[in-house]
Amino acid sequence: MLASEKDQLRHEVTTIAKRYEFHRSGLMPALQHVQRAYHHISPEAMQEVADIFQIHPAEVHGVVSFYSFLSTGRKGRFIIRLCQTISCEMADKKAVAVQLENDLGIKFGETTPDGMFTLEYTNCLGMCDQGPAMLVNDEVYTKVTPEAVADIIETYVKKFGAHVTHEGGEK
Amino acid sequence: MTRRKTDLVLFSELTVEKALKRALGRERAELIGEIRDSGLKGRGGAGFPTGTKWNLAGAAQGERKFVVCNADEGEPGTFKDRVLLTEYAEHLFGGMVLAAYCIGAGEGIVYLRGEYEYLMRGLKETLASMRERHLLGKDCAGKKGFEFDIHIHLGAGAYVCGEETALIESLEGHRGEPRNRPPFPVTTGYLGCPTAVNNVETFITALHIVEKGAAWFKKFGTSKSTGTKLFSVSGDCARPGVYEFPMGITVANLLKEVGGEEAKAVQVGGASGRCVARHEFGSTIAFEDVSTGGSIIVFGPTRNMLQVAKNFMEFFAEESCGQCTPCRYGTETLLEGIKLLEQKKCPMKYLRELVSLGETMQIASKCGLGQSAPNAFISILQNFKHEILAHPQGE
Ligand SMILES: Cc1cc2nc3c(=O)[nH]c(=O)nc-3n(C[C@H](O)[C@H](O)[C@H](O)COP(=O)(O)O)c2cc1C
Ligand code: SF4
Ligand code: FES
Repeated sequence: MLASEKDQLRHEVTTIAKRYEFHRSGLMPALQHVQRAYHHISPEAMQEVADIFQIHPAEVHGVVSFYSFLSTGRKGRFIIRLCQTISCEMADKKAVAVQLENDLGIKFGETTPDGMFTLEYTNCLGMCDQGPAMLVNDEVYTKVTPEAVADIIETYVKKFGAHVTHEGGEK
Repeated sequence: MTRRKTDLVLFSELTVEKALKRALGRERAELIGEIRDSGLKGRGGAGFPTGTKWNLAGAAQGERKFVVCNADEGEPGTFKDRVLLTEYAEHLFGGMVLAAYCIGAGEGIVYLRGEYEYLMRGLKETLASMRERHLLGKDCAGKKGFEFDIHIHLGAGAYVCGEETALIESLEGHRGEPRNRPPFPVTTGYLGCPTAVNNVETFITALHIVEKGAAWFKKFGTSKSTGTKLFSVSGDCARPGVYEFPMGITVANLLKEVGGEEAKAVQVGGASGRCVARHEFGSTIAFEDVSTGGSIIVFGPTRNMLQVAKNFMEFFAEESCGQCTPCRYGTETLLEGIKLLEQKKCPMKYLRELVSLGETMQIASKCGLGQSAPNAFISILQNFKHEILAHPQGE
């Protein structure tokens, strides 16, 4: 991590921590921000966050490793999470899964070499009457067909082109 | 897509501002009494009487008190809270104001599951609009000296955080591992302060009750399970969606309403619920019979029930927090057992051991996740042993 990046990160996390008067209840919001902006939470980032909240880095690691939306390994800019739970399973999520793998050229659990997409399974998304359901970052798609997969991916490829300079800002 | 039976309780007419102003003009004890008389039980699954919970939290000593809305909705097959959060957010926040007034809380938190982040904007807009109308903040809803506000906390993808003590751990910035109970959150909750944790639907129902009366509410449902309940219906039926039905509806009648008469089985209560087979369709859905947080998954005549059991067990093995052995070891072992059954390689003696392991989990696990993880497996096995043990060619 470059020194300037580190300063930037420290600044962002401190801003969030301040809102919680540096109380530990601000830890998750801080980590969620780091995850969103940097697509993972590196050991250096965990150290920074720990220093700001004045807790041990092992504590921060414990939290990061617990939650499936937080990760130490680098994820793609867009994380595609396909629901694998029963109602979507019965709505033939398998066909969508196969098409996602084919269209992205990766398997579940992998990230495309250009760092754009990570493909994952997730559990029930609360869209069970409209399955198969999936999330792309924080956008939800329902009644996804194998045919629609390519178009959905395309939207994000385009989106990324348009927003490349606005990366990393706090949401 | 989402269809519903309207105008019973949850989806009946109610102006939040008017209801709140009227309620907050009454005494706390009177309001809690009304909720208690109504017989309302928690809509999140466990069914604890809401009036009693608010009374305990109200009586508990504490400098600060909290009202927490459990919007973690992670039970497979449940989506009614999403609909409420989308279309009835003001009703929810109104219900939280009511609870805060009843127990004497100054701060409210909505724990919103990470998967619902896309609802955040709408919820924040509703909060802002309510602040503008003084339905939140100082002299809240016209009540001099009563101050209450709400903020939203986003989860990060962990089913177990729906368990109320794990939820509190998570709010405090820890791993979402359930605590030993007692102490209960009503005395020792968020930051060690008295806290009332309730489901989204519970808060909204409570607001309707204080506005329209306990007697009105009790007109619906059974004597032990009063009122109506929202059901999230999915699977093999013609009309999936969110429905409001009186408590005590039979499985058969529910199936008729949603166009699932052909079903060979119904999973009531999600992965942690129970699989109800055709010969039991006369059972009623109520706390005293088949209890549920509202998840109804319909299985058509050709569904492979072992695959259903496997899907549920994979869910639990993945979502177990791993803190206690019966659950961590049990979910993995049952999943392995299901795979043996799938391959037609499970000795009968071992199958019986698996069932008894499941029964141990029901008793010895620390929280509701491990306690209910074997339910689906055991009830599916009971009802579909013949199908599960049949040789593929012999079917
Ligand atoms: C593993 C597990 C997950 C749970 N998930 C939820 C949930 O998503 N939403 C909910 O309201 N209650 C959930 N509960 C129940 C809560 O612990 C708690 O009983 C409930 O929030 C209390 O609110 P109520 O009395 O209004 O139902 C869960 C319980 C367990 C054991
Ligand atoms: S029962 Fe399972 S989820 Fe609950 S505390 Fe034990 S290991 Fe964790
Ligand atoms: S089962 Fe896929 S959204 Fe609920």
